[in-house]
Amino acid sequence: MSMPDGNARVITFAQAINEALAEEMRRDERVFIIGEDVAEAGTPFKVLSGLVQEFGRDRVIDSPISEPGITGLSVGAAMTGMRPVVDIMFGDFITLTMDQIVNQAAKIHYMSGGKLKVPMVLRTTLGATRRSAAQHSQSLHAWLSHVPGLKVVVPSTPYDAKGLMKTAIRDDNPVAFFEDKLMFQDKGPVPEGEYTIPFGVADIKREGTDITLVATSSMVQVALKAAEMLAETGISAEVVDPRTTFPLDKERLIKSAIKTSRAIIIDEGYERYGVTAELASVIADGAFYYLDAPVKRMGAMDVPVPFSPVLEDLTVPTPETVTHMAKMLCGKL
Amino acid sequence: MTSKIDPSNPHFTGVDREQWIHIYQQMLRIRLFEDTANELYRSAKMPGLTHMYSGQEAVAVGVCEALRPDDYITSTHRGHGHCLAKGAKPNIMFAELLGKAAGYCRGKGGSMHIADMDSGNLGANAIVGGSAGIATGAAMSAKMRGSSQIAACFFGEGALGQGLLYEVMNMAQLWQLPVLYVCENNLYNEYTHYSETTAGDLLKRPQAFGIHGEEVDGQDVRFVYTTALRLVEQVRTSQSPAFLQCNTYRFHGHHVGDIDRTYYRSKEEEAQWRTNRDPLTILSEWMMAQEIVDQALLADIGHEIEGETEAAVQFGLNAPYPDVSEVNQHVYA
Ligand SMILES: Cc1ncc(C[n+]2csc(CCOP(=O)(O)OP(=O)(O)O)c2C)c(N)n1
Ligand SMILES: [Mg+2]
Repeated sequence: MSMPDGNARVITFAQAINEALAEEMRRDERVFIIGEDVAEAGTPFKVLSGLVQEFGRDRVIDSPISEPGITGLSVGAAMTGMRPVVDIMFGDFITLTMDQIVNQAAKIHYMSGGKLKVPMVLRTTLGATRRSAAQHSQSLHAWLSHVPGLKVVVPSTPYDAKGLMKTAIRDDNPVAFFEDKLMFQDKGPVPEGEYTIPFGVADIKREGTDITLVATSSMVQVALKAAEMLAETGISAEVVDPRTTFPLDKERLIKSAIKTSRAIIIDEGYERYGVTAELASVIADGAFYYLDAPVKRMGAMDVPVPFSPVLEDLTVPTPETVTHMAKMLCGKL
Repeated sequence: MTSKIDPSNPHFTGVDREQWIHIYQQMLRIRLFEDTANELYRSAKMPGLTHMYSGQEAVAVGVCEALRPDDYITSTHRGHGHCLAKGAKPNIMFAELLGKAAGYCRGKGGSMHIADMDSGNLGANAIVGGSAGIATGAAMSAKMRGSSQIAACFFGEGALGQGLLYEVMNMAQLWQLPVLYVCENNLYNEYTHYSETTAGDLLKRPQAFGIHGEEVDGQDVRFVYTTALRLVEQVRTSQSPAFLQCNTYRFHGHHVGDIDRTYYRSKEEEAQWRTNRDPLTILSEWMMAQEIVDQALLADIGHEIEGETEAAVQFGLNAPYPDVSEVNQHVYA
């Protein structure tokens, strides 16, 4: 895993996001946060705790429950010199913001012939198995990845989350930033000092030689656990994390698949027409002559996310299902 | 000629003769622009369709004349009037309508997406009500940056059906944002009379949020302008929103191709408005009565703007198309 040397502390994913926002708000007074329960409450997940104390209610703005409204407001503010970070509490609620994100934010730069810019970040969540049922559990990042004009970030570690958030805020385009809500309390090393991570650079989270597991966001830990289990059976798996679905580091994905000759794509969005389909086609296309097996896709089951734990757990890839698929591709079942 | 504005009418005092003449010129500029755009369509020189503003000129001009050059506007699918009234150049606009590289958006936006940051125009918008967030966000940004700019948000009465408008009006009043909502009630949502789609009294909607609202005769630019002057001043100094309902009528079809319209409005109704409620006639007759202008001056103005419009459309017709290499430029900033 790439990480600069230096004094690394171990902090949570939530703290990493919080630090990135605080640092950027200190650096650039145009940055502000707007969303439901973002100020004193610090969001239901407490990711923003403490920011209102430092930056005040004019820069950490508690909004009405108006997702289209706050997104639209942010588009207008971004076009006229500010750099808003709009907080959409659950990824499922981006459906409400769709016109403002897809028809406005994403297109304004192009439609104006390059004259107007919309430097804004839309922070939201993804991920199931929190027993939150069908309207609070979806991973809809594919929807926004589909739209030209948007960039989409899907970090999987505290280190990546912080560096990518800082890049997102500095980017002159609308950026959607998806955080796995089950990951907020996960810990990882994060250097003391200032750093950013460029978009469109995949990270090799574990090196291997027999099979490539391309995994995003919540699925990176699943893939890493699967890689460990596979190692015990003599299969060396490489875990590649694209970190951003757009821009997409096609080269690194293809290179890894060429090296290992097999690939599985694992992503928590619905499998149908999803991120897994796009990434699989990139590899099938770019590594065709080097592949020893068809590229396989593992996404969320194509059902509304059920509430009952015994059902919900069936809908997402797990280390066991990934291991099974990998063994099959490697002819070791 | 000396200024002879009726001193007994409190609305019209304090506006000098040159200003009324300028207002007339601006309205005529829009009328001739639209007639020419219609001709471009009829002679198959213009790709696509366009929505003519003819009949509503007093609204755009009355409001924009009350704004400062650095104030913002957002506009609609029926946007040429707002664009010209805020200071855009007809030749660059024709180039845009014709998909030419010299257009405001390098031909990428077309009739429904003209944006011109130099004149404070944040863009026409082809999503009904879609720019309410942008205008309100621009007002928020102006307030945050400590500038004294305001934003005027133009929309048709059809946008009253969109929830976004109420979300942002709520926030504009909550946070005291300097935005003027300008509702142009031209009686029709496309091909349906607004009374079939809109319950209750329109002005009660802003009033429900505690937003000051007024209604004017949108065919009489004297009322629109003097009311807008007052409201713009109020919005700017009190840093709070206001709402202006302008009752108006579009003389042509919903768009240039909407020729047979008797199924939704009668020829008699159209003739009534054209004959008795033409904003250009209302202003010019009053200016003649007040001896602000005479026939000769009106004729001179007419010739001048006809010539200018003709030159502008020729500029657009002669301008080159964008190079094909531009197709994927400006997707990202
Ligand atoms: C969200 C959305 N729905 C529908 C349309 C199609 N449409 C274009 S203009 C229009 C009527 C708009 O009426 P109004 O807002 O009163 O504006 P007017 O055309 O009268 O100027 C409709 C329905 C659209 N462009 N956007
Ligand atoms: Mg209308």
